[in-house]
Amino acid sequence: MSAVLKSIGTLRRSKKWNERFHTAVIHAVLLLGAIVVMFPIAWMLSTSLKAPHQVKKFPPIWIPNPVVWENYVTATTIFPVSFWIFVRNSLFMSLANVVGSVLSNTIVAYAFARLRFRGSRVLFLVVLSTMMLPAQVTMIPLFILFSKLGWINTYKPLIIPQFFANPYFIFLMRQFYATIPRELDDAARIDGCGVLGLFFRIMLPLAKPAIGIIAIFEFTGTWNWFLEPLIYLSKMETFPLALALSYLRATYRVMWSELMVVSFIAMLPPLILFFIAQKSYIQGIVMTGVEH
Amino acid sequence: MAYLLISPWILGFLLFMLGPMLTSLALSLFETNMFSSKFVGLQHYATLLSTDQTRSLFWKSLYNTAYYAVFSIPLTIGVGFFVALLLNQNIRGQSGYRMLYYLPSIIPNIAASMVWLYLFQPEFGIINYLLSLVGIEGMRWLFDTRTAKLVFVIMSVWGAGSNMLVFLAGLQGIPTELYEAATIDGAGRWRRFRHITLAMISPTLFFVLVTQIIWSFQVFTNVYVMTGGGSSVGGPANSTLMYVLHLYLVAFRQYRLGYASALAWVFFILLVLLTLLVFRSSSAWVYYETEIGGGRQ
Repeated sequence: MSAVLKSIGTLRRSKKWNERFHTAVIHAVLLLGAIVVMFPIAWMLSTSLKAPHQVKKFPPIWIPNPVVWENYVTATTIFPVSFWIFVRNSLFMSLANVVGSVLSNTIVAYAFARLRFRGSRVLFLVVLSTMMLPAQVTMIPLFILFSKLGWINTYKPLIIPQFFANPYFIFLMRQFYATIPRELDDAARIDGCGVLGLFFRIMLPLAKPAIGIIAIFEFTGTWNWFLEPLIYLSKMETFPLALALSYLRATYRVMWSELMVVSFIAMLPPLILFFIAQKSYIQGIVMTGVEH
Repeated sequence: MAYLLISPWILGFLLFMLGPMLTSLALSLFETNMFSSKFVGLQHYATLLSTDQTRSLFWKSLYNTAYYAVFSIPLTIGVGFFVALLLNQNIRGQSGYRMLYYLPSIIPNIAASMVWLYLFQPEFGIINYLLSLVGIEGMRWLFDTRTAKLVFVIMSVWGAGSNMLVFLAGLQGIPTELYEAATIDGAGRWRRFRHITLAMISPTLFFVLVTQIIWSFQVFTNVYVMTGGGSSVGGPANSTLMYVLHLYLVAFRQYRLGYASALAWVFFILLVLLTLLVFRSSSAWVYYETEIGGGRQ
């Protein structure tokens, strides 16, 4: 014991100790912050496994006892339609939008990055200026348009617009294409590649990381949508998970465990995707400087 | 050929942006529901600006949104920047922390709303319990007009991780030679922070500020869900009636599409003005390096 104190004493005087103290304090602050950040998620998990009489205990119970796995069954069978319909709808909407986004944005950004044409600069400025356009301004006319087309309670209003490129992704892709050396273009041209050949044979394969970023962002973004489906979908069998969760909350507002179960399920896909593709995610945010 | 390749964007821009925007401007001059419409000129705008709350909740919702923004923006930026500064100190486990802090930003807003609703329960929520441990009496949170908006401010700070990521990227882009040179010149810790870190991060800060303003004014999902989704939405006593929520209710619950379009246009103009204001002020506090060649004269 005294030996430890003595060594601390000598360390205290050294500069190294000072540095270590500094890092220790930083770690302490960061850890505390991390606990605060993670707490709601842990609490969600814990509540999802609590028995009804434990959910409303005050002071709250930290660890569920007994662990009620049945909550997961109750929560997923409580709806008038099969729970998997919601999962399927969310997956369908998200994946379709990934396809639409990747197809349209890779091509449009390629033209902006590599081709010279009249008005390209002005048009690109228009792209940039629409990045900040709040969706609320176009929401009502689009609703009228899509309802006149009979698209209410279908996924068309939620998917089709994504096939027409999006300013954030055009910007992101263009930034990425700009890092591909132009010598490759010349080489490809000498080999007889046209504009499309250059795109399909050279640019697209090299842009895989950026395509991955768009795919991840679009998937998570669409999966997390709430306002858009809320406007267009009113029949339960068309609900994505987000609306199912909102329905559950409005109908059975006191079933906390079940709400936590569905919340947990709704958060899993973006979470898993984030863990798998963390690097792409962070790179994408750094590239556009935008949280999507 | 080039035009063919960018045609998806051009079509999308005309069909889903410019067209609807102009339509919505025209709509705002009509008394419209789905079936009939009547030209009313600028009457909607006059009604909207009325301070009589039985006629217009515009000022109320604008006040609520501004209240939220005024607290949420500095807090999310401050916390995000602070954590980024800590992480930038060559801390071991940096990527781990970075991931943990960013996590709230990828969770569906609606799922997060459910948990926060539970955490803020007045009777059995853990937040009131934790407060009671330090001797503070529990609050009614979402059920009290004085504290309801604060719940959403606190929730937004929880999501400060996305700002942190952008700041961290900015901090890591500052060349270390700058600090070395300044140290040789005898600049202390504070002066280095003020004249190098803050100056070099100011373009990032500017960008984050603009996006934060736009995002915070669009707050919707968590307010809608956490205040009940039904007829109680925006309550109690309209204290959480945010601008977009108001717009949503007018358009899709009352189907007053003309009036809602007027609300949407005023919203758009307000955001443009705010953004311009920030842009205008930026020459005073944002430091721009000459971009090409990284030349510092």
